[in-house]
Amino acid sequence: MLWPIDLIVLTFVIFCAIAAITVRDLLGTAILFSAYSFLMCLLWAVMGAVDVAFTEASVGAGVSTVFLVAAVFRTSRRSKD
Amino acid sequence: MKLLGFVVICLTGGLLIYGTMDLPNWGDPASPASTHLSDYYIENIVEETQVPNLVTAVLADYRGYDTMFETAVVFCAGLACFLLLRDFRPGKNRYYRHIPTGVMLHFKNPDTRMIPGNEFEHMDKDWVPSDIIIKTVCRILIPFIQIYALYVVAHGDFSPGGGFQGGVIFGSSLILMAISYNLRTLMKRVTEKFLSIFAATGVLIYVGLGVLAMIMGGQFLDYGMLAPLVPWDPGHIRALGMLGVEIGVGIAVMAVMVIIYVNIVSEGRHDEGL
Repeated sequence: MLWPIDLIVLTFVIFCAIAAITVRDLLGTAILFSAYSFLMCLLWAVMGAVDVAFTEASVGAGVSTVFLVAAVFRTSRRSKD
Repeated sequence: MKLLGFVVICLTGGLLIYGTMDLPNWGDPASPASTHLSDYYIENIVEETQVPNLVTAVLADYRGYDTMFETAVVFCAGLACFLLLRDFRPGKNRYYRHIPTGVMLHFKNPDTRMIPGNEFEHMDKDWVPSDIIIKTVCRILIPFIQIYALYVVAHGDFSPGGGFQGGVIFGSSLILMAISYNLRTLMKRVTEKFLSIFAATGVLIYVGLGVLAMIMGGQFLDYGMLAPLVPWDPGHIRALGMLGVEIGVGIAVMAVMVIIYVNIVSEGRHDEGL
């Protein structure tokens, strides 16, 4: 495993995760989740699990972000707490 | 209350991290999975199934029963979205645009049998003129995305990919069409009936192949028993069986992704969306 890539990507993953629960704009949260999924996809690829990385990229970073954006579009963009 | 929540989260997270201490290291040759299962798969899969991608072979053949219910779960997700969100009442407000003049007409409680002429265009409430760049780029891009999705499904035996990923990519190409044009453009080409039939057909293809193997005298999902059906290439029958199953999964996932998107974005009315 290439540890510098791992370290950098893991740092970004943690930043994205913390940002996703602190940001009040729900559209921003959806995008942050997408970034989180994409970084996880990179991690899977580095570990050699290419099939999992592929699924994470298409389902996690792709279509689930669209579902979240659609849900935000039909509800409210501001979070209550 | 907030403090209590923070303490609970910290405790749970701490316990989870403590739990991961017991997991074997990444790529540890002495871990239980590597000592019994992986050896068998690595030594025997290519010989038994003629499929070079071990992940696909394990998912679609050795654990075929598991994957069948995963497909059924995806189908149930689409069904649940439909049952919870679908709203068959006609919309109270309807907006039309007179194309030559650009005048906007607002109908309250419209008669749904009323069909506007060619000069009128049904439009969304928050209508913005569609951007020519986005429309053109998406129109050029969508066929390539769909071809790639078909490649991912068909090539799942040899390279990373398979039914789930290919189906999701195909579904997102249709969603891209709904976003770049509007929802009605998509629903005119890919109707609700078509999507529902496809979602059920995908699961039926999977289960049908399993039942077919039973009829041919084997066990459920034992693709080796299908060999008499393809006399020209009986050696690759397990690979062909996996391909058939992947196609079923791809069809079901594609249809379910579009069903979920359409129902969420239009509040179940299927008339206007993102």
